[in-house]
Amino acid sequence: MRNRNNKLRREAIARKERYIERAIFGSSLLSILIAIGIFVVLLWGSLPFFSEVSLTEFFGGTKWTPLFHDKHFGIWPLVTGTLLTSAVAITMALPFSLLASIYLSELAPRKHRQLFKPIIEILAGIPTIVYGYFALLIVTPWLQQWIPDLAGFSSLSAGICMGIMIMPMLITLSEDALRAVPSELREGSYALGANKFTTVTKIVLPSAISGIGSAILLSISRALGETMIVAIAAGQKPNLTFDPRESVETMTAYIVQVSMGDTPTGTVEYRTIFAVGLTLFGLTLIMNLCSYYLKQKFQNKYASL
Amino acid sequence: MPRYKRQPIARHRIVDKLFFIVCLSAMIIPMLLLIILLGDVLITGIERLNLNFLTSFPSRKPQNAGILPAILGSSYLVLLTGIIALPLGISAAIYMEEYSKKNRLYYIIEITIANLASVPSIIYGMLGLTIFVRALGLERSILAGALTMSLLILPIIIITSREALHAVPRTIRDGCYALGATRWQMIWQIVLPTAFPNILTGAILAIARAIGETAPLIIVGAVSYITFLPISPFSEFTALPIQILNWISRPQPEFAVNASAAIIVLLTTMLLLNAISIFIRYRVNKQRNNW
Repeated sequence: MRNRNNKLRREAIARKERYIERAIFGSSLLSILIAIGIFVVLLWGSLPFFSEVSLTEFFGGTKWTPLFHDKHFGIWPLVTGTLLTSAVAITMALPFSLLASIYLSELAPRKHRQLFKPIIEILAGIPTIVYGYFALLIVTPWLQQWIPDLAGFSSLSAGICMGIMIMPMLITLSEDALRAVPSELREGSYALGANKFTTVTKIVLPSAISGIGSAILLSISRALGETMIVAIAAGQKPNLTFDPRESVETMTAYIVQVSMGDTPTGTVEYRTIFAVGLTLFGLTLIMNLCSYYLKQKFQNKYASL
Repeated sequence: MPRYKRQPIARHRIVDKLFFIVCLSAMIIPMLLLIILLGDVLITGIERLNLNFLTSFPSRKPQNAGILPAILGSSYLVLLTGIIALPLGISAAIYMEEYSKKNRLYYIIEITIANLASVPSIIYGMLGLTIFVRALGLERSILAGALTMSLLILPIIIITSREALHAVPRTIRDGCYALGATRWQMIWQIVLPTAFPNILTGAILAIARAIGETAPLIIVGAVSYITFLPISPFSEFTALPIQILNWISRPQPEFAVNASAAIIVLLTTMLLLNAISIFIRYRVNKQRNNW
């Protein structure tokens, strides 16, 4: 009798375990559902758009005026606007971040590291709307004192603030890459009589290069998709230019502009946001996948050591 | 192989010193810049920050305007987001860490999560707009905003929870099995409580992210001028970042002062959340070192 009860109880427990396993299996599939959802929504939203506007006009045109009477649907001004602000941001962020990550991983005494790490983490949490405020109301007036022909909205000041924004992320990721380099390599270098500088520049950096590359790609992806800073401070004027002093419009800023405006849904003007969103998603996806690939390569490199 | 020139040791040392200084300043200069910027906001906004500002509705007159609906909207939004996203994210992390075999599906899910974590937030906004606002007919409600925000922070929660679970030592699990525990008993009674502080840290950071996100809310249709308090999850709403955006984009300088006051409130909240999470982690690390 007692044996039978035990058996029943064990079976009940086993059944419960199976239900739990299935339920949480479902929640792990949710991420795949979200990814499919993003694809479907963007494609489904932009298909009607591409039935009215040809792909050649969209990807070949150099004028973007869907909200005007004389409509042109060439995405290039938005793409160059996005690339320009991101380029300014990366140019600003990369040298500082790389040196700072070297400092944190290779040079800093333990106490300094323990001081700086939490600060960087907190800075990484500053919402982007705050950087938008910086860019428009503080940095632009500053810069205008030095560069008189800087427009009130410019990719320069938006890009600079975006650079400051991505710095904590870039520092953290590159530091992780540098720290993943096995210490045997450093010790070997010291044993041969090299100093810190030589060890870092000739041994550690080259060994971590794919990890750092992964970090840079991820930061670029972040910059491309950044919305609030550029929507506030880079302007809303689709402009095919590479002059950072001018006002530009990025893909994200355009989506915000249409969403906040009174464009009626269902019109071709409104559907542009899905086509633009799809382009943006494609660009960032390429960056993310390359970054992921590089990171895997980097991790496998030292996995055996 | 790189070739090394023989150098006198004194020069070695000078090069190293210079290198140290350059790297340290690369760390400190941007930080100082950011502190100056934050200080500027603080000085501009602090005069406007009083009880009246925190308890008033938005207004056409900058000196009467306040952020009460924004604070309530943000709190409501974050509460709902947490309720939706945390159980889903943590259980997905449990499956990935404790149950899943490392088969092809596992790697597909892993790549997907890594990629979702770096999809631009505005794209999540468009997903939320199409699915929650339109297809499910939730309109411009807090619930639609919270669901969108949940999708956005889900990958972050999964990644941080997985790390937390992964950090639980193998020996503890073996001990549970040795005492005859089933897998779920082991997870529920031992692994989760052990990993809890680290899971909480990740959850707090994800929630902080949700408080500061602006772009998805714009797309989902948070409105900036609200003269009532949001009470139901189906009511229209505003949020703190949306209110800030609205004030930044007005030409009158008085509204910029309001914006900086609201930014102070936003940043203080973030700082508090971050401090809590750092404190928890510090306590845990101290405890772990005693094991």
